Amino acid sequence: MHYESPIREPLITGNKSYHDITTEVARPIETTAGRSWWIVFGISAAMFLWGMGCLAYTVGTGIGVWGLNRTVGWAWDITNFVWWVGIGHAGTLISAVLLLFRQKWRMSINRSAEAMTIFAVVQAGLFPVFHMGRVWNAYWVLPIPNNFGSLWVNFNSPLLWDVFAISTYLSVSLVFWYMGLIPDFAMIRDRAIKPMQKKIYTVLSFGWGGKAKHWQRFEELSLVLAGLATPLVLSVHTIVSFDFATSVIPGWHTTIFPPYFVAGAIFSGFAMVQTLLIIMRKVVKMEAYITIQHIELMNIVIMLTGSIVGIAYITELFMAWYSGVEYEQYAFLNRATGPYWWAYWSMMTCNVISPQLMWFKKLRTSIVFTFFLSIIVNIGMWFERFVIIVTSLHRDYLPSSWTMFSPTFVDIGIFIGTIGFFFVLFLLYARTFPVIAQAELKTILKSSGEEQKKHHHE
Amino acid sequence: MSKKLIHGLYNDDDVLLNGVKALREKGISIKEVYTPFPVHGLDHAMGLAPTRLSIAGFIYGCIGLSFAVLMMYYMMIVDWPQNIGGKPSFTYLLNMPAFVPIMFECTVLFAGHLMVITYLVRNGMFPGRERQNPDVRTTDDMFMVEIEADGSSDDITSALKATGAVEVNEKEL
Repeated sequence: MHYESPIREPLITGNKSYHDITTEVARPIETTAGRSWWIVFGISAAMFLWGMGCLAYTVGTGIGVWGLNRTVGWAWDITNFVWWVGIGHAGTLISAVLLLFRQKWRMSINRSAEAMTIFAVVQAGLFPVFHMGRVWNAYWVLPIPNNFGSLWVNFNSPLLWDVFAISTYLSVSLVFWYMGLIPDFAMIRDRAIKPMQKKIYTVLSFGWGGKAKHWQRFEELSLVLAGLATPLVLSVHTIVSFDFATSVIPGWHTTIFPPYFVAGAIFSGFAMVQTLLIIMRKVVKMEAYITIQHIELMNIVIMLTGSIVGIAYITELFMAWYSGVEYEQYAFLNRATGPYWWAYWSMMTCNVISPQLMWFKKLRTSIVFTFFLSIIVNIGMWFERFVIIVTSLHRDYLPSSWTMFSPTFVDIGIFIGTIGFFFVLFLLYARTFPVIAQAELKTILKSSGEEQKKHHHE
Repeated sequence: MSKKLIHGLYNDDDVLLNGVKALREKGISIKEVYTPFPVHGLDHAMGLAPTRLSIAGFIYGCIGLSFAVLMMYYMMIVDWPQNIGGKPSFTYLLNMPAFVPIMFECTVLFAGHLMVITYLVRNGMFPGRERQNPDVRTTDDMFMVEIEADGSSDDITSALKATGAVEVNEKEL
C-alpha cells in the first residue's frame, strides 16, 4: 500500500468508508436540484440564448456587426478565444501532469477540472469559426480533396496548426475524461433504482464490470494518455502563441511567447477551477474531499504561474528596450502609457501584484479571499490578451490609420453568451455526472483518509 | 458432475489481496476478480500477464506521425507546391520546420484515439452493453473472487471463508 507521512494533512477529512464515498458522489445525481441551482441555470441559459441570438445576427448580417475595423482586424473574438483555451489548460494539467508526478491530491478535483477544460475549449472554438464569416464553409480548414484543383490548406500557417492543435486537444481530452468516467458511471448504474436512470447509465458505462484485467489496462491507458496529454497541452498554447509570434507585428513578434502563454494559461485555468470548485464543493457537499488543503495547493500553483507571467511581462519590456528596435519600443511604451493604459495597468495589477498575496498562508487558506482572487485573475488574464492583441494593432505603421477599438453590443453579447453556455454545461454536468473520480479516490482512502491515518500511525 | 461458479465476497482490499495469494498457493485457480477500484498488486497476485496496450500506443503514434508526413509531403510538395512567404516548397526536408506542429499533433491524435478504441475492444465494452460484474456491490465497496469448480465445492468455500471472505455464494452452471 502507498504510505503517507503522518505530518501530511489528510486528503479526505472525517471518518469515511468506501461506501460513504459511493453514496456521497452519487447523491447529487440521485436527488433533485435545489432552487438555487435552477436560478443559476436560468440566468446562464438566458445569457446563452442572448449569445446565440448575437451569433445568428452575425451570421445573418456579416462580420461588420462586430467592432472590428481596418486597423484592428482582430479584437474581442481572438481575445475570447485565447482566454477560453487558456482556461481549459488547468484541467489537463491537473489530470495529466499531476498524474505523471503522482500527486494524489489531483484525484478529487481532476474530474471537474477536466469537464471545465472540455466546456471551455468548446467556447473557444466558436470564435475562430464564427470569425470566418461564412461559417458554412468552415470545413475548408480541413485538408480534404475539393473542387479547386485540389487546392490544399496551407500547412505553413500557424492558423492551420491551431486547427489541428485545438481539435486534437478537444478530442483527446474528451476521451481521456470519458475513459475515467466509465467506472464511475458503472457505480451509478449499479445503484440506480429508477428504470430510466438505469437505462441511461447502462448506455454510458459501456458494460464496465471492474475486472482485474480491465483495471490493469485502465491504469496503463490512463498513464499513457497522461503522457500524451502533457506535451499536447503545452503544444496547444504554444501553437496559439504562434498565431502572434510568427507574425511581424511589433509586440507580437517575440520568442518568449510560447512559455509565457503556457504559464498564463495554467494561471488562468487554475483560477477558474477555484471559482467553480469553491461553489461546487459547497453546493454538492464535497467539503470532505475538496478540502482547504486542495484549495491551498491550487493557490500555490496560481502564485507560481502568476510569478512566471510577471517575469515574462518584465522580460518583454526589457527586450523591447534592449533590442533597440524603435517600433518594438513604441509598442510597449504605447501599451503602458497610450490610450489603452487602463487595460495594461489592470492586467499588471491583476496578474502580477495580486497573486503575490498568496505568499501569506492566512490568505491562501481563506476560501472567501481565494474566490475573490480567482475572479480577479480571470479578469486580469482577459485583459492580458486584450492588451497583446488590440494595443499592438491599433497604432500601426501609418499614423493616419491609427484608430481605437470599441466593441459593439454583438461582441459583448457573444462573449456573455459563451459564459452562459459554459455555465449551462457545467451546471448540467454537476447534476448528472459523478463530479469526483470516486474509483480513483477510493485508492487513497486508506493512506490519506483522516480517520484511517490516525489508526495507521497509532 | 456439474460445474459450479463460486463467488467469494470480501469487504477490504488488503484482505482480498492476501486472500487471492493464499488461494493460489492452495492451487485453486481464480477465474476473475471484480473490484470497485484498481487494487495495486492484484494483477501480480493473480498472475496476470502485463498489458501490451502501451506497445500498441507506440505503434499507433508511429502510424500518426507517418500519416502526417505523407499527407503534408503529398499536399505541399508533390501535388501543388506554392510559394508562401518565400518558404521552401521544393523538398520536404527544407520545409519541415513548419510541419513539426502538425506532425506532433497527428502523432498524439492517432495514438490517443486508437489506444482508446483498442482498450474498448479488448475489454469488450460498448455503449449499452449489459454489466459485466455479476454482483452490483462490486462497484461500491465489495471485492469479489470468482472461482469455477468441478464437482464438490466445499473445500473452496472453506478456503474462501478462511481467507476472510464475508460471503460465499454458489451457482450451478
